[in-house]
Amino acid sequence: MSAAHHDDGSKTTLGFWIYLMSDCLIFASLFATFAVLAGNVVGGPEGRELFDLSYVGWETLLLLVSSATFGFAMLAMEREDRRALRQWLVLTWLLGAGFIAMEVHEFAALIAEGAGPQRSAFLSAYFTLVGTHGLHVTAGLLWLAVMIHQLSVFGIDAMVRRRLACLSLFWHFLDLVWICVFTFVYLRGAV
Amino acid sequence: MAHTSSHGSAASILWGFLLSLVLTALAFGAVMAGAVPRGAVLPAITLLAVAQLIVQLVFFLHLGLGQGRRGNTAIFLLTAMLIGIVVSGSLWVMHNANHNMSPTQMTIAAARNRD
Repeated sequence: MSAAHHDDGSKTTLGFWIYLMSDCLIFASLFATFAVLAGNVVGGPEGRELFDLSYVGWETLLLLVSSATFGFAMLAMEREDRRALRQWLVLTWLLGAGFIAMEVHEFAALIAEGAGPQRSAFLSAYFTLVGTHGLHVTAGLLWLAVMIHQLSVFGIDAMVRRRLACLSLFWHFLDLVWICVFTFVYLRGAV
Repeated sequence: MAHTSSHGSAASILWGFLLSLVLTALAFGAVMAGAVPRGAVLPAITLLAVAQLIVQLVFFLHLGLGQGRRGNTAIFLLTAMLIGIVVSGSLWVMHNANHNMSPTQMTIAAARNRD
C-alpha cells in the first residue's frame, strides 16, 4: 500500500465526490418536487395506469449489471490488464446504452398516448426527474466512450486512472439515484 | 483476502451485486405479486431501498470508516442530512399548505362569507 501514498489523484476524486454530493442535492429537490406534485393529475392518467413495472424491472437490471461490470473494469485497471479493462468498459457502455434506449422508448410511448409532460403537474415532475437521471446516464455514456478512446491512445497511465476513478464514482452514483427512482416513482406510483 | 484495494475485490463486487439483485427483486415482488398487505407496502419498499442504498454505498462506492474513507463518508452523511431536511421539509410544508388552503367542503363564495 505504500505506493498509494504518492500522488494517486486522491485529491481529484475527493473533489469529484463533493461535486457528486452537490448533484445529489439537485436530485433531492427534484424528488421533493415529484413527491409534492405526484397527486396532481388534473383528471389525467395516474402512475398505476401508465407504468409497466416489468419493463422498469428490466431497465433496473441493465443498470445494476452495468454497475458490477464497471466494478470489474476497475479491478482490471488495477491489474494493469488493458485488454480486459477495455472489454469491461465496452460491456458497461452497451448495458448503459440499452438502458437509455429503453427509457427513450418508454418516454416516446407515454407522449404518443397523450401522457406527455404538458398533461399534468404529476407528469411534468415525472419527466423532469426521470429525464434528468437519463441525461446524466447519457453524459456518462459520452464520457465512457471518450475514456475507451483515451485508453487505446494513452494506455493505463496516471491520467487515465484518475479519470476512470471519477467516472466509476459517477456511474455507481447514478445507480444509487435509480434505486430511489424505481422505488419512489414507479413502485410507489403503482401501490 | 490477498487483494483488497481502493477499488475492492471481485468478491465484494459480486456480494454487492447479489445483495442488490435480491433487494430489488423483493421490492418489485412486494408490489407486483401483492405479497405484502397494502398498508405495509410503502414502508416495506422504503426500507428495501434504504438497505440497497447502504449496500451499494459500501460495496460499490466504498464508503466506510477505514483510513482514507472517513472524509468521503462524512461529506456523504452531511449531504444525507441536507436531503432529509429538503425532502421532509417540502412534504411537511406542502401538506400543511394543501390542508389549510384548499377548502373542498365549501364553495369559494361560502369560504369568503365566513370572515
